[in-house]
Amino acid sequence: MAQGISFNLNGRPVTVQVDDPGMPLLYALRNDLGLHGPRFGCGLSQCGACTVHLDGKAVRSCVTPLATAAHRHVVTLEGLAKKEDLHPLQQAFIDEQAMQCGYCMNGMIMQAAALLQVNKDPNDDEIKSALAGNLCRCGSHMRVIRAIRRAAGATS
Amino acid sequence: MTNCVIDRRNFLKVSGVLVVAFSLEGILDAMPARAAVVAKPVSLTDVESFIAIDRDGKVTVYCGHVDLGTGVQTAIAQIAAEELDVAFERVTVIQGDTALTPDQGITSGSFSIQGAGMQIRQAAATARQALLLMAAQRLGGPIEGLAVADGVVRSKSSGKQVGYGELVAVQTLSLTVDKNARLKAPGDYTIVGKPIARIDIPAKVTGQFTYVQDFVVPGMLYGRPVRPPAMEAKLVSVDASSLRGIPGIVKVVREGDFCGVVAETEWAAIKAARQLKVTWTSWAGLPTQSELWSYVRATEVAKDEITSNAGNAAGAIEKASRRLKATYDFALQTHGSIGPSAAVAEFKDGKLTCWTASQATHALRKQFAQMFSMAEDDVRCIYVEGAGCYGRNGHEDAAADAALMARAVGRPVRVQWMRWDEHGWDPKGPPTLIDLEAGLDVRDNVVAWKGDFYIPVGGPAAVWLLAAQLAGRPHREDLETGSIFQNSAIPYGFPNRYTICHRLASTPLRPSWIRSPGRMQNTFANESFLDEITAAIGADPLEFRLKHIDDPRGTDLLRRLEQLARWEPHKIGNRGYGGDVLRGRGLSYVHYELSRTYVGIVVDVEVNRKSGKTRVIRASVVHDCGQIINPDGVRNQIEGGVIQTVSRTLIEELKFDRSHVTSLDWASYPILTFPDVPDVVVDLIDRPKEVPWGAGEPACAVVPSAIGNAIFDATGVRLRSVPFKPGNLKAALARV
Repeated sequence: MAQGISFNLNGRPVTVQVDDPGMPLLYALRNDLGLHGPRFGCGLSQCGACTVHLDGKAVRSCVTPLATAAHRHVVTLEGLAKKEDLHPLQQAFIDEQAMQCGYCMNGMIMQAAALLQVNKDPNDDEIKSALAGNLCRCGSHMRVIRAIRRAAGATS
Repeated sequence: MTNCVIDRRNFLKVSGVLVVAFSLEGILDAMPARAAVVAKPVSLTDVESFIAIDRDGKVTVYCGHVDLGTGVQTAIAQIAAEELDVAFERVTVIQGDTALTPDQGITSGSFSIQGAGMQIRQAAATARQALLLMAAQRLGGPIEGLAVADGVVRSKSSGKQVGYGELVAVQTLSLTVDKNARLKAPGDYTIVGKPIARIDIPAKVTGQFTYVQDFVVPGMLYGRPVRPPAMEAKLVSVDASSLRGIPGIVKVVREGDFCGVVAETEWAAIKAARQLKVTWTSWAGLPTQSELWSYVRATEVAKDEITSNAGNAAGAIEKASRRLKATYDFALQTHGSIGPSAAVAEFKDGKLTCWTASQATHALRKQFAQMFSMAEDDVRCIYVEGAGCYGRNGHEDAAADAALMARAVGRPVRVQWMRWDEHGWDPKGPPTLIDLEAGLDVRDNVVAWKGDFYIPVGGPAAVWLLAAQLAGRPHREDLETGSIFQNSAIPYGFPNRYTICHRLASTPLRPSWIRSPGRMQNTFANESFLDEITAAIGADPLEFRLKHIDDPRGTDLLRRLEQLARWEPHKIGNRGYGGDVLRGRGLSYVHYELSRTYVGIVVDVEVNRKSGKTRVIRASVVHDCGQIINPDGVRNQIEGGVIQTVSRTLIEELKFDRSHVTSLDWASYPILTFPDVPDVVVDLIDRPKEVPWGAGEPACAVVPSAIGNAIFDATGVRLRSVPFKPGNLKAALARV
């Protein structure tokens, strides 16, 4: 039986009708709400491609039941930018050309955004440690690190 | 253009009304479904197959090769813009659409610039030549008196000017690609050779990019395949009632041993694929993994291919005063795309359209025509970028799953594999076994080199589609492994050389190619063994290579590497350590396929004696791929290739039992993560006057041997099995 689950998505209230409130948040975001920032990579919380912010914390939306998001704040890659301006991380990823296929980069940017909330100027080791659970197969790691440092420099 | 998914209507919009040669004017409104398909030439000989210019002077490039996340569409746009003399921003690239783009072959082997790009360059040069001729007539005076800037032709004497758009608006040209059309002098380049920012990245950082995993067509359903628990198990029965309780199930699709579920929502399809009760026969036909190398050695040889033969290697080894001999092996590996393979397919009015991230849309169309007994003209495959594939991963198989399910339900279906489908069922890089032997004379000269390579048969043709196999539909089940004989022969001029590939009739698990196929494995063995020789005779690895390479570009490159890495001649061996950490450096070199890109690398490692764990600290790479189109694109490819191959070398081994793959996720098949990623320092040799070669694969080829050589330098232990498992190294260190 369908039920409505309401939460705040990128600053706006939304309600999703689902049969199964245990459905991971990822599918609601991608299919019901039409967002393509968060991506399916493993469904096992192993790669980070699906990362979103739930009440400001980076979570893996592929294993987060939709019901968990009820009445809370969800921010996705699409909601990171303030109005017209790109988020400093988004701009830095462009400036550093920090990707190849880019499939994992939603996770990199969202994880890094969560890091910069608590550490305004992380060093390389802190960045590596914060992103240890985010997989990139193209090998864009060095550029990602440079982009995060650039973004930190731009905001601090 | 950030993310061009072009259907017929969009195609017309993008292309405008008039192009270099073919006109769509007047047929726009009354056009039957396939008119555009008929109207657009796609032969390799027509300019208009590759280039279109509209009335506004906008340029569309039709490229049969596709951007697999490598940045190649940006480079292709640079090549076309440069040769046509238009601003980079004017160029849009349409990729891998069998209705719109010429068949330039599969996107593999780092051939997109060297092959497809050069065809486009020549077409653009032909178009420019014709446009200048038209402009000369229009403006009066000779061609020599004209100058072009951003698609506007100006008479230097009169100052009068005319744009490409105006020229094509009044006259339709039908041009054949002129092999002699004069190319722009590299000294005049303003776009080629510049690190122009990639056109796809802005959309990828904001979530606006449409990957094939995001692609939607109206009325689309969601499909998931249900694979057998044992790889060649037969389907006995399906109990569709086991899906009771899951709303939105459209159909359980069964055909032969193919099984899949189609649902109104993605989550329903996922749950159904998990919950569906299917009875399968048992099967246990895979070899025992712990006995893999004896299994490979005992496999029937289908044919022998001699890849080099100079002098009399066997005789010289016989007479040598000293002989060295070693066996190397390289594990089965998987592509490991971060986004599991996906596709959308639709059957409509007897025609199949498939939106796919395939690296070979034209070949896939042929496979579909065979699989569904259709005319090729009734199949259209359209490239939509997916997650990076690094070779033939599961994209084509997901496409066949989608097509089979779409046909069964009469509606478009999107299939995305689950993680275990990708790890378990994408075709694998086959296991490689190599025996090497060398003979030295009394003065430690290498007088003979002999190599025996045990590798499966197969070229770079299409890998068979899993759904066709499972459903028992027509397909060719030939092994295709890429040109894996490449780089079995060596670039060193020892007087007697013999290398032979024993092409095996079979290999465990369906094979394909993974980045630098064969070249990586063969170079691993050859460059490791060369290092064994230098260690045995106390020669410096750099000087020894320089002595035996008769190729100025190779020697230039190694001298640059010497500077970049601050290489100091030393007797190879233990470099000392602090505590439990041993440090070493290793060098390796490749002349890719002995005919293309040159790469040299020095790798610095730290080995922990207690754990046997190796960390690559830094890789210094010098790279000569001839003319560089986009230096940042080349750097990005090298950095990524090195990091990916460090992962393959240190930790990646696909596991299987007698029935199926058991590495089914990132826990059972880990890849390198941020804390273990090395620095990669890149020095590019640009040769603008030379032809451009590839850059995606070659730097990968040198990594495993360089790491192995560095580990030997650090520890005195020679590792001959990739991956370099810590347990093996720890055990060997205990024996030292």
